[in-house]
Amino acid sequence: MIRFENVTKRYGENVGLEEVTINIAKGDFIFLVGPSGAGKSTFIKLILREIKPEEGEIYLDDMCVTQISNREVPKLRRKAGIVFQDFRLLEKKTVYENVAFAMEIIHKTKKEIRRQVPQILSLVGISDKAYKYPEELSAGEQQRVAIARAIVNNPTVLIADEPTGNLDPTTAMEIMDLLNKINRRGTTVVMVTHAKNIVDVMNKRVIAIKDGRIVRDECGLYDLVCEESSDDDTDEEDLYV
Amino acid sequence: MFRRMGYNIKQAFVQIKRNKAMTFTSVLAITAMMLILGVFFVATININLFAEVVKQDFDMVELYIEEDYSLDGIKKIGLEYESDEGVSKVEFRSKEDALEIMKSRWGDNGYLLDNLGGNPLPDSLIVYVKDAETAKIIASEALDVEGVEDVKYYQETVEKLTKTTNFIQMASLVIMLFLVLVSIVVVSNTIKLTVFARSKEIRIMKYIGATNWFVRGPFFIEGIIIGLIAALVSTGLVAIIYDNIMAIIGADIIRILSVPIVPIEYLAVNLAIIFVALGVGIGSCGSVISMRRFLDK
Repeated sequence: MIRFENVTKRYGENVGLEEVTINIAKGDFIFLVGPSGAGKSTFIKLILREIKPEEGEIYLDDMCVTQISNREVPKLRRKAGIVFQDFRLLEKKTVYENVAFAMEIIHKTKKEIRRQVPQILSLVGISDKAYKYPEELSAGEQQRVAIARAIVNNPTVLIADEPTGNLDPTTAMEIMDLLNKINRRGTTVVMVTHAKNIVDVMNKRVIAIKDGRIVRDECGLYDLVCEESSDDDTDEEDLYV
Repeated sequence: MFRRMGYNIKQAFVQIKRNKAMTFTSVLAITAMMLILGVFFVATININLFAEVVKQDFDMVELYIEEDYSLDGIKKIGLEYESDEGVSKVEFRSKEDALEIMKSRWGDNGYLLDNLGGNPLPDSLIVYVKDAETAKIIASEALDVEGVEDVKYYQETVEKLTKTTNFIQMASLVIMLFLVLVSIVVVSNTIKLTVFARSKEIRIMKYIGATNWFVRGPFFIEGIIIGLIAALVSTGLVAIIYDNIMAIIGADIIRILSVPIVPIEYLAVNLAIIFVALGVGIGSCGSVISMRRFLDK
């Protein structure tokens, strides 16, 4: 599903990732944890071909991410739904339009859009806000819209970059329930996070990265995998609620 | 992108509606530069026409024939000139024709000529020459020819006028090129602002897998629409300005001075064509060029 083979990415002198090999199977739900600057963002940027590694190969499904041409990048990104910490919704489009837009870019017909969008909006639980603009919504609702946009085209993988980072604990747990629900429908979920309590509650596979290397890869609790790394992370405290 | 023209046009209008201020700024910038360009263009066209008329005079020497000189004699003189290698054509203009020409030049005021007792104008031969050198020779020798009463060939005046108009033409060409350059910079910067204001939006589109042309499409159409609006507005403005200037000078004065003026209808059509091409070109290319750095990722 997602495969990293001896991937190394450097930023000048600094190491992004060092000889990382990971295999994420279809239908998995994994947490990617580790201190800031450990290489989590690099990991996501590499999957989306925002950057290219110096060494190694990356595969998403049958697509070799490291080999495709720039013209094929949009095709790659359509295979992966992406959710960000800051939602990144189109401010000048309504909730409905934001979700419909993801379908428009892959040339779906109006009929398909009209059928699919309400279903997805109801799945994420914001049907009643369809004609509101993002700024009229709460943070949790905005993230639901972002998730709806990410999954409306049935991607094989959903990548979530700190999706609960801007949310209060209750809302964060609601979003986690939603991600779990999506995972149970068969979508692979990769979630980058700092939130210890969330990782502990979910009890899923946890991949810990530190200084560009994978230091732990097993099912279970946050503490188990990166107990000694929490002190060098500044924005962590307010997330441990 | 052409496959999805309907979508692009619809999106372009939605964008325009939601970014009214930016659209207005872009239209204003393009209109302003086209207005200046248009005024220069109109002036140049008229100077060009004037220069053409002047050059026509340069090509010919008018020989006025003595009163009551025989037609056969005039024919003879004409044939003699026609055999000259430097002469392209010799035309006979009777005094009646000459009066008609004058009347038509005076236009509405032609009736003033009706009160003349007789026709004071002489018969004339118009000798068209191939170069200025021949014209000079003919002009200097013509008075010695029997039957020729006077010669009309304002050589020095014509040369001076030609030099002046040539200079004006060159100068206005340079100024117009400079204006086009400046306007392209201004316009592409304005559009860059529009795109920059939406750079976040563009980045999001790219994140969820939009192709470059998908992102560009609506901006491209928007650029064309902005260019079109600017073209139509500036054509209208230039036409109004031109019309007003002509009204101030006064049609009668223009006619009696025999200064040729390009009619507004002809100018407006051509201006519109040029402005539309220029506006659409600048608008569409400007949007594509200024989006480049947001799309190359």
